[in-house]
Amino acid sequence: MMTKKPLFNRNLTQKLGFSLLTLMAAMTVIPIIVVVVYIIYAGGGAVNWEFLSGLPHDGMRQGGIMPAIVGTFYLTLGTAAFSVPIGIAAAVYLSEYAPDNWWTRLIRIAIINLSGIPSVVYGLFGLGLFVLFLKFGTSILSASLTLSIMTLPVIISTSEEALRSVPQSFRTVSISLGATRWQTIRRIVLPEALPGIITGVILGLERAAGETAPILFTGAAFFLPRLPHSIFDATMALPYHLFVISTQIPEMPFQIQYGTALVLIIFVLGMNIFATIIRSRARARRQW
Amino acid sequence: MNEKIVIENLSLQYDDGTESLRNISLGIPENAITVLFGPAGGGKSSLLRCLNRLNDLSEVKTMSGRIWLDGENILDPKTDVIRLRRKVGMVFARPVVLPMSIRSNITYGLEVMGEKRRSRLEEAVERSLIQAALWEEVKDRLNDPAIALSGGQQQRLCVARSLALEPEVILLDEPTSGLDPISTSKVEASLQEIKKNYSIILVPHSVQQAARTADFAAFFLQGELVEYAQGKTIFTAPTDKRTEDYVTGRFG
Amino acid sequence: MESNLNWKEYVITRAIRAAGYSTILFVVLIFYFLLVEGLPTLAEVPLSNLFSIRWYPIEQYFGILPLISGSIIVTLGSAIVAVPLGIGTAVFISEISPRWAREILKPLVELLGGLPSVVLGFLGILILAPYLRVLLNLPTGLTALTGSLLLGGIALPTVVTIAEDALDAVPRAYREGAWALGATRWQTIWRVTLPAARSGVLTAVMLGIGRAIGETMTVMMVTGNAPVMALSLSAIFSPVRTMTSTIAAEMGEVSNGSVHYHTLFFIGMVLFIISLIVNVTASAVVFRSQKRAEKVLS
Repeated sequence: MMTKKPLFNRNLTQKLGFSLLTLMAAMTVIPIIVVVVYIIYAGGGAVNWEFLSGLPHDGMRQGGIMPAIVGTFYLTLGTAAFSVPIGIAAAVYLSEYAPDNWWTRLIRIAIINLSGIPSVVYGLFGLGLFVLFLKFGTSILSASLTLSIMTLPVIISTSEEALRSVPQSFRTVSISLGATRWQTIRRIVLPEALPGIITGVILGLERAAGETAPILFTGAAFFLPRLPHSIFDATMALPYHLFVISTQIPEMPFQIQYGTALVLIIFVLGMNIFATIIRSRARARRQW
Repeated sequence: MNEKIVIENLSLQYDDGTESLRNISLGIPENAITVLFGPAGGGKSSLLRCLNRLNDLSEVKTMSGRIWLDGENILDPKTDVIRLRRKVGMVFARPVVLPMSIRSNITYGLEVMGEKRRSRLEEAVERSLIQAALWEEVKDRLNDPAIALSGGQQQRLCVARSLALEPEVILLDEPTSGLDPISTSKVEASLQEIKKNYSIILVPHSVQQAARTADFAAFFLQGELVEYAQGKTIFTAPTDKRTEDYVTGRFG
Repeated sequence: MESNLNWKEYVITRAIRAAGYSTILFVVLIFYFLLVEGLPTLAEVPLSNLFSIRWYPIEQYFGILPLISGSIIVTLGSAIVAVPLGIGTAVFISEISPRWAREILKPLVELLGGLPSVVLGFLGILILAPYLRVLLNLPTGLTALTGSLLLGGIALPTVVTIAEDALDAVPRAYREGAWALGATRWQTIWRVTLPAARSGVLTAVMLGIGRAIGETMTVMMVTGNAPVMALSLSAIFSPVRTMTSTIAAEMGEVSNGSVHYHTLFFIGMVLFIISLIVNVTASAVVFRSQKRAEKVLS
């Protein structure tokens, strides 16, 4: 007890423990870097203007992936059209209006629940409600609606956090100057929370852009060598296309597969990085 | 002396049981500075927040009594609170400038009211900044963000912001608590200037400030109004023992 | 002007409130459609068939047990990967790493969370599966193990982020108190910080597992899709099929309203109920611990 030995042991334990934790963190992070770097390395050669702007041919073994890129772009926009207004409004409700009662708790449980539902179950729901019951067919509209309900929880929770971080004193001052609640929200709270809201919206849409399961039976086309004509048309999409060419087509050239994966992660991670930049710039500029 | 506001048997209790008011009756004169003072938690701020119904935002458990402003009971549920708040301006303890330019801080209240005429807005900016003794310091940089002003300037901007709405009553809740002595005296001087046209109700941040500024003064202790008299009387010859103990610094 | 303002205010307030309540509507709608399309299964398929170990819809075998066992084995496997690694990484980020490392690690973990699952599945097919096949000398690399490893990667960001938040929320005074009593940083982490954050860490684990159960594309691409009942631990080295990948793989080929179609919705209903239980329990844990924290701190 009085010797120095236990002390030595304690330090040794700590050293071993810290090394183990460092190793674990490295095991988490290094594969991510390897994956991204490898896809850039293996797919970089395939990505050129023709690949980005051309139509697929020869059973997708040749040509470009333009319809899939444009399709994912349309789906992301369509998702935004529904989920952004509803999501921000719901966040405003929770942050600015909702009383602390049983109904509000129910709304919160509903949001938590929406965030946990498996993506393929969203696909089933979209098939049941939008494709069949409302007769929108397998279309951009059905797929966008399905994706937008799936992205709602992300948009709502990040936007609510951004709204709540606006100091309460701004609201009190605005009210004391004779502004109504909505005037206060529109002129003070929303503008101040905007960078945080944009970050949340992009993170939500990023998830929608990368998802496959919800659009499998609601709007994704296996092969459609043209652009969709309307929102009632099915469309190709990058994630689904990657799934198809890596599992359904025999003797698919690796380069096209890696090229498609690269374009998809550029699309998705580009949004992620953009959101991160907006967030950190807004934090640096914030004055309160 | 004309009474601008008459408070009748006002009682108030918050949900969480904090600071409350018990049966307050008080008449507040026009064109004078009325000071509400006393130890913290005595109900001064709560009373202030009743006068422009800002308490609507808090969790109030019970409230009874009447507050007459120009013969109208403002606690009546049918009162147009937006109009009331334009008539009763407020300045808070910590200067809270809105996250916009100096000019927009002043025009904000008018704009939410629906005023769009530029000439009226410009006129209000100059007039209220002059009244708040800030015009000379900021007239060349009205488009700068208000947050760039010093603490004292920010607080005078807050005063100007309430004045822009041409209210009839101005409530000030410890407006100089965060300011240095020089800024404090500037704010106090501008109060003496504007009281000619307004009824001012001030919660001071010290007994000294109360004594310096008060035309009339009311001493609050634990939610009760202990004594109410002219400023020169209450600080020199208080009638109640508790008031005397407080103003002579025996507690608080 | 004044009344116009009030009218506008009224409409906008109503619209905002409607948006808030719409979230409840969506959950109800989702559950309703799963019930409407899924419950007929109970009338169409005898229970002895539905809860048998054979899934072969073409010959009217609708046993969902192999699918459930497939989901369980892959999810457990992913938990074995993601839970220790995730908590370890969270502890590293929150307690040990210097500031600069934290600024790099957090965005990288978020980046992993943003990688589309189909990309992980794609890499699983092309790289991980062939590698594991050779390494372990298996007939195929598309096994439950491959799926577990990749799913672990998918669950990791959830575990790391939430556990790190929980550790971060432990008041600094706790740690300083332990240091002042002579505890090493390592002892402080084990005896003070982790126990104080345990409900948040538990939530992280639950939500990570919830994420893994629900994941579809990756497992569909790399687990080999054989609806075989997993009866022993060695099943981890053979192909399996999960509930999610069954829905994704077969829904495209069934005719609407058929028994097979209803059964797939029935599986979706089971998944919905599992996610409901996981998420509501996880949030209840957080809620309770917040209440406790409020009591302690007030």
